[in-house]
Amino acid sequence: MPDVTHHPALAHQFDSLAQQSEATTLGMWVFLVTEVLFFGGLFATYAIYRGWYPDAFAAASHELDVTLGAINTAVLITSSLTMALAVHAAQLGQRKALMVFLAVTMILGAAFLGIKSVEYYHKFVEHHIPGPSFQFEIRISPNDGGNPPGKLADVELLKAHVQIFFSLYFVMTGLHAVHMVIGIGIMLVMLWLAWRGTITDEYYSPIEISGLYWHFVDIVWIFLFPLLYLIGRHAH
Amino acid sequence: MDEADADMWKGTPLFPDSASTMAGRVDALYFFLIVVSAFFSVLIAGLIVFYAVKYRRRSPDSVGASFHGGMALELTWTVIPFFITIVIFVWGASVFFAMSRPPDETLNIYVVGKQWMWKFQHLDGQREINELHVPVGRPVKLIMTSEDVIHDVFVPAFRVKADVLPGRYTNIWFQPTKPGRYHLFCAEYCGTRHSGMVGEVVVMDPSEYQTWLSGGAPEGSLASAGARLFQDLACNTCHRPDAQGRGPVLEGLFGKTATLQSGETITVDEAYVRESILNPSARVTAGFQPIMPTFQGLVTEEQLLELVEYVKSLQSLPPVQTR
Amino acid sequence: MSTGTVFMPPRHYLNDGYGIRSWLLTRDHKRIALLYLAAVTLFFFVGGAFAVLIRLELATPAGDFVSDETYNKLFTMHGVMMVFFFLIPSIPATLGNFLVPIMIGAKDLALPKLNLASWYIYILGGLFTLYALIAGGVDTGWTFYTPFSTVSSTTNVIPTALGIFITGFSSILTGLNFIVTIHRMRAPGMTWFRMPLFLWSMYATSLIMVLGTPVLAITILLVAVERLFHFGFFDPRLGGDPVLFQHLFWFYSHPAVYIMVLPSMGVVSELVAAFCRKQVFGYGFVAFASVAIAVLGFLVWGHHMFVAGQSVYSALIFSALSFLVAIPSAVKVFNWTATMYRGSVSWQTPMLYAIGFIGLFTIGGLTGLFLASVGLDVHVTDTYFIIAHFHYIMVGGTLMGYLGGLHYWWPKISGRLYNEFLAKLSAGIIFLGFNLTFFPQFILGYLGMPRRYHAYPPEFQVLNVLSSAGASILGVGYLIPMLYLMWSLRYGKLAGSNPWGAVGLEWTTTSPPPTENFAESPVVTWDAYDYQTTVTVES
Repeated sequence: MPDVTHHPALAHQFDSLAQQSEATTLGMWVFLVTEVLFFGGLFATYAIYRGWYPDAFAAASHELDVTLGAINTAVLITSSLTMALAVHAAQLGQRKALMVFLAVTMILGAAFLGIKSVEYYHKFVEHHIPGPSFQFEIRISPNDGGNPPGKLADVELLKAHVQIFFSLYFVMTGLHAVHMVIGIGIMLVMLWLAWRGTITDEYYSPIEISGLYWHFVDIVWIFLFPLLYLIGRHAH
Repeated sequence: MDEADADMWKGTPLFPDSASTMAGRVDALYFFLIVVSAFFSVLIAGLIVFYAVKYRRRSPDSVGASFHGGMALELTWTVIPFFITIVIFVWGASVFFAMSRPPDETLNIYVVGKQWMWKFQHLDGQREINELHVPVGRPVKLIMTSEDVIHDVFVPAFRVKADVLPGRYTNIWFQPTKPGRYHLFCAEYCGTRHSGMVGEVVVMDPSEYQTWLSGGAPEGSLASAGARLFQDLACNTCHRPDAQGRGPVLEGLFGKTATLQSGETITVDEAYVRESILNPSARVTAGFQPIMPTFQGLVTEEQLLELVEYVKSLQSLPPVQTR
Repeated sequence: MSTGTVFMPPRHYLNDGYGIRSWLLTRDHKRIALLYLAAVTLFFFVGGAFAVLIRLELATPAGDFVSDETYNKLFTMHGVMMVFFFLIPSIPATLGNFLVPIMIGAKDLALPKLNLASWYIYILGGLFTLYALIAGGVDTGWTFYTPFSTVSSTTNVIPTALGIFITGFSSILTGLNFIVTIHRMRAPGMTWFRMPLFLWSMYATSLIMVLGTPVLAITILLVAVERLFHFGFFDPRLGGDPVLFQHLFWFYSHPAVYIMVLPSMGVVSELVAAFCRKQVFGYGFVAFASVAIAVLGFLVWGHHMFVAGQSVYSALIFSALSFLVAIPSAVKVFNWTATMYRGSVSWQTPMLYAIGFIGLFTIGGLTGLFLASVGLDVHVTDTYFIIAHFHYIMVGGTLMGYLGGLHYWWPKISGRLYNEFLAKLSAGIIFLGFNLTFFPQFILGYLGMPRRYHAYPPEFQVLNVLSSAGASILGVGYLIPMLYLMWSLRYGKLAGSNPWGAVGLEWTTTSPPPTENFAESPVVTWDAYDYQTTVTVES
């Protein structure tokens, strides 16, 4: 390769920026496939237990705060929009717009995490964190005949299954939140690259692949929200 | 059979005892596979050595002949192994079917595994630890569960093995053909003293077995212990034989088909009875309210077995022991 | 085909900087391959030391050499070290890292920083596991079956689980890097069907790494969470299902067997071609067999659970699918054998390993039929039969291929030749020692000796003593190559760029290659293993 076309961002192992961008984009797609299987193990576990204990899952789901969940969904969808706008700005080489959109995306991501931690705090106060201190009040419809000692034990069993729901809830949303934190970190790096002027209309693939990641994390939430928050809705 | 005893502990066997009706079937498949494996191993090894010698490099610059492959050969060695594997699959599947389908009339023995011992309960009330007495010539079914982690009952001389899981029943069956003492191993790793979780299956002549049985049953039969428990836990207040209780009549229920509230039908087996005691609301019989409490944590695995056995013993006719 | 004048190139990747930083911060795939080589060798000998202790204990029937607690930790750590820290990274991260870019004519992997990161992640995972070891070990078996691992065991399950979790990401990143590199970095003219078969097997392996490893990662994470916070996933007392763990675990860990053996098959394809100077018979079939094995490997996990209480019908389906995997494996063996027909067969060391591989893999594969056959599996599963079977695949297969590959490419890696006599001797010792160690275990298994037993009935002793004797021979066989390979680094004869008279892009560049692999980017106009057309060998 003659040296005249050598772009400062072109890594030594590539022949052209196009090849480099194709390679990094493919790399991110392959990584996302890995991520799909990573969450896939959890979704499979969720599907099996929900199939076994539909009532416990519905009762537990009822305890989640749908309003906060819905707000968070809206926040994330908006952040996906601003992310897409950031990629668009990068392609056009609009550095200022790029930086603004990246910053807005980060703020929305942080807002999501803030709301999520409020929800976690509520669960903590209500003792809905699985483990020895777990407490859960079952609101059973009053059509059953009384049988005091047994009723207590029956509730214990349901409580165990409710705990499985909450275990899955915390692991799934927790892992999603970890992905959000990483995403915000990536946005911070992108903001720095944009501020430094590394990102140009010739070389914007870092923004593009960060966008892929961000959208993926949003999509995971789009699945989590109905599966965790909404399954209890039709039951009552 | 003193000889069998001596053989078991001395010398180095190269082939295990065959002491059940299943052993011969498993061994036949095993020998067939050994023949297949030996044939292909010798074929491949022979060809490799032959080619390595015959076509050894004679001058430093020589290269191999120029050909890249042949469709006919490729198809041959794809299709022939395919048909061989089909034969092995069907054969193995038929043996497995026989293993997983016990005959109708079996001598049932309950097994509870715990770290690190085996507890056996005979229907007539005998309890044994790490030793299991069975008569020769009768199909025996082990109904097994665990109190803690996963274990596995393995009797090499019978060629049977099955995991023993906490929270559910699994079973295996075998029909001993030869009196003697045989190893019983725990084959699923279960912690520190896993290799100490071993015992013996003692296969006896039917007459000796009867003698052994009558030797001691201090606590009465398993079913009668279950009957006492049934009273103590006040199960009989709802499950009444006269169909006036709030729960289903249990007499004559076992082994029949029951209709659930959801409309599906199930066969009433050990697993269903167990589930109905521990998690009554999971599958409620049609026409009844889900009012039964769970007994999870209130009865031990061994007590559960007694209750299950009691339910099994409740025939439609008044329970008269004929034996 | 002459190798030309032999000389040490003035500038190559090994003398391109000497400081510790030039190694620890390198992005050169060849140096990273050597970093991995050093690390996996370390873990191999740690894992091997555990095996020595295990075989010492089993020399007598009574549990008299170590306590049962210690014994359980020994076989657990042997399995963890060997599977996750040696076998899985062995060929891909060392030979694969070194060769993938060179074989396709590229300057480096597509993502060199990620490549270095994967090594550090691997080391971090290894440190966690070593910490677990030093802090008292772990006794769950490398399979971590619940509820034992989450409820019952009192040992360092969490650090070990974290170590495996972390290391998983290093193999994900390696697989990702190979997939991207093979897709996007091939030299002009290097079409998919001109690629050496080693690359096909690396590609198939990478697919499994990327698709399977995350499922193991999440499963191990759930075990750690259940243990740490008492969240219920697999504990039956909390309504969970311990068998679900086994499904998730084997969904990865069965394909992981193919992560271990596919690269080795790729190496053997290269060795057979190079030492018969002939194109691999049925190139297309061998290439597709790799991909078929990778795909089918994801559909057979249930055959680890025939006695675990799954339904009769799912057992039959898993049994049938397992037999299907046998077909592409058999196709490969037949094709390698046919390649030797009318070849120009050299008996140099790498070829001895290739022949050893084919023989041992054949036995390992055929005994796999015993286990796939569900009626027979019931008797032999969880016994020494299965131990023998998977050691024939993983040690007889993977390790033979790894050592064969290491001997074949060592002149390229180091620029020097090793002592051929010692190499042949140790190859022979390894082959004999291996068979003496593991063949008696087939007999023990059918006799009914369960695996993971600290003490055993006395009638099994003779066969166990044979096995222990074989293990000591095997141990010697592994130490000799360490010595003469190290020795060759300094005192070995210069290799020249193509000591074997082989074709393939890696033999067209100098030994050792320059940092950017080729003086001039290659353009490929020939098929793989084209020994008929004269290929100009540049020095």
